[in-house]
Amino acid sequence: MQEQQHHIKLPDGSIEKQTTTLNLGPTHPATHGVFQNIVELDGERVVSAEQTVGYIHRAFEKIAERRPLYQITPLTDRMNYCSSPINNMGWHMTCEKLLKIKTPKRVDYLRVIIMELARITDHLICSSVIAVDAGAFTPFLYVMQYRELVYEIYEEICGSRLTTNMGRIGGFERNFSNTAFTKLEKFLTEYPKVLHEFESLLTRNRIFMDRTIGAGPISAERALNYGFTGPNLRAAGVDYDVRIHTPYSSYEDFEFQIPVGTTGDSYDRFLVRNREMWESLSIINQAYKKIQEFKGAEAEVYHADVPEYYLPPKEDVYTKMEALIWHFKIIMGEIDIPPGEVYFSVEGGNGELGFYLVSDGGRTPYRLHFRRPCFIYYQAYSELTKGSMLADAIITMSSLNLIAGEMDA
Amino acid sequence: MQALTNRVKQVNRSPMNFWERLYLPAILKGMTITFSHIFKKKPTINYPEEKRPFSPVFRGLHVLNRDEEGRERCTACGLCAVACPAEAITMESAERKPGETDLYREEKYAARYEINMLRCIFCGLCEEACPKDAIYLSETFTPADFTRKKFIYSKEDLLIPNPLTEAEKLAEAKGETV
Repeated sequence: MQEQQHHIKLPDGSIEKQTTTLNLGPTHPATHGVFQNIVELDGERVVSAEQTVGYIHRAFEKIAERRPLYQITPLTDRMNYCSSPINNMGWHMTCEKLLKIKTPKRVDYLRVIIMELARITDHLICSSVIAVDAGAFTPFLYVMQYRELVYEIYEEICGSRLTTNMGRIGGFERNFSNTAFTKLEKFLTEYPKVLHEFESLLTRNRIFMDRTIGAGPISAERALNYGFTGPNLRAAGVDYDVRIHTPYSSYEDFEFQIPVGTTGDSYDRFLVRNREMWESLSIINQAYKKIQEFKGAEAEVYHADVPEYYLPPKEDVYTKMEALIWHFKIIMGEIDIPPGEVYFSVEGGNGELGFYLVSDGGRTPYRLHFRRPCFIYYQAYSELTKGSMLADAIITMSSLNLIAGEMDA
Repeated sequence: MQALTNRVKQVNRSPMNFWERLYLPAILKGMTITFSHIFKKKPTINYPEEKRPFSPVFRGLHVLNRDEEGRERCTACGLCAVACPAEAITMESAERKPGETDLYREEKYAARYEINMLRCIFCGLCEEACPKDAIYLSETFTPADFTRKKFIYSKEDLLIPNPLTEAEKLAEAKGETV
């Protein structure tokens, strides 16, 4: 009798399962987003992992087919929301490529500053979240205070902090205020100390090294086969960076290096991201210096001279008929975009963020596709975690910097 | 892998040395850093009592503007509704009657103007689209509420207080009192 209570009798003919199925996600504190992994566990070892996508699919590509170009920017905000200005700028540069707009140098440099700030915030989150998943919460809180400084800069420029909707086709919606530059200087002086502190807490810490070294490694060849880009590919040892191979926004004017790893494991990804933050800081410093060199009327330029796509100044709209007509035409989306097909990619926080825009000459894109790096990384997840411990699978996930909003778009 | 550029910088991945393998020095180093943070200035603020200053261009709650004489500026052209990527704005226009010249600035005005704050993404495109300086995003957040229905803000909720008849309320709304 006692025996039977402990032993559940299986129906005849059924095979007793040797493994445990675990639903990791879609809402799980360790997945940092709406991800679902159905992991098959043998004890604590991952036998196989099956990824599910689509939990926050919002059909951005389809929505974009019914929107004039300027209304697509808020959609791009919501892809990789850790570095939304990069998405915004990438989208504007895609439009500029299609519309054949050439932006002034000052706009390029301002964009570089914003994009590198966004890259820092993105890497900052990813690196510190690896530590959180390894059990060290403190470094995360220390660096979050300094992400706040970057968000204040965004707020000064565009009025919002996370979903920025920053910039317009041809440049920015307004010139950077003096407060923005003061805040930028504050960030540039304070941040290196914080990054040093962050690195001294983690980089050579034995627990952290033991946890991350060898977790989720990928060879350069496999990474390339999957279509990896960005820090995850560089950690595997391939020095591919869109900013250098197909420079955009005057990146060719800047001196910086590409940090690469060797094994492509979580520790390498962490190191590569940290090193990239230093490179970004140096790029911002260079760009800020270049901006200060502009004199006279050039120092006030913040958008390209494209009256067909860039809204006239508000004072003119209130008082002049011609400006008011253009204002109406642009907002109503009555200006047809030229037919054509462009692909443009920027080095996003996660990797190559591409925009494939097909226009048949109407007011809206005929088809728009976002090449989202997260979607590609997530395909490799089951290969990366096969045979590893469950705890390592969690670290692998956070070190890939998977952002659900970008993955599902 | 063969290098693609001449800008490669290998990250430092040297194996742990003796001191690092001992693990205690790392603990001490970490403790020193965390303890030093006790004496640093607190980065948090006590929110409802203390408020952080917003930037002048902050995109918060919408306000429908009036001119100096207290007349509604909105002329119901519908540009804000067209520009809204979230389709949060609904409006109906009406013609101004002869006796209403002190209420509305133009001959046409918005009889109904609603913003669904649950749809709104605070992108600021309505403010940018407005050719009459009639709508702008203020520096406050949308207050929390209990029902979804209350988040559909009507014209009365959005209109700025009249500078002539409700000067006190206007000053309060602009945060100028006390």
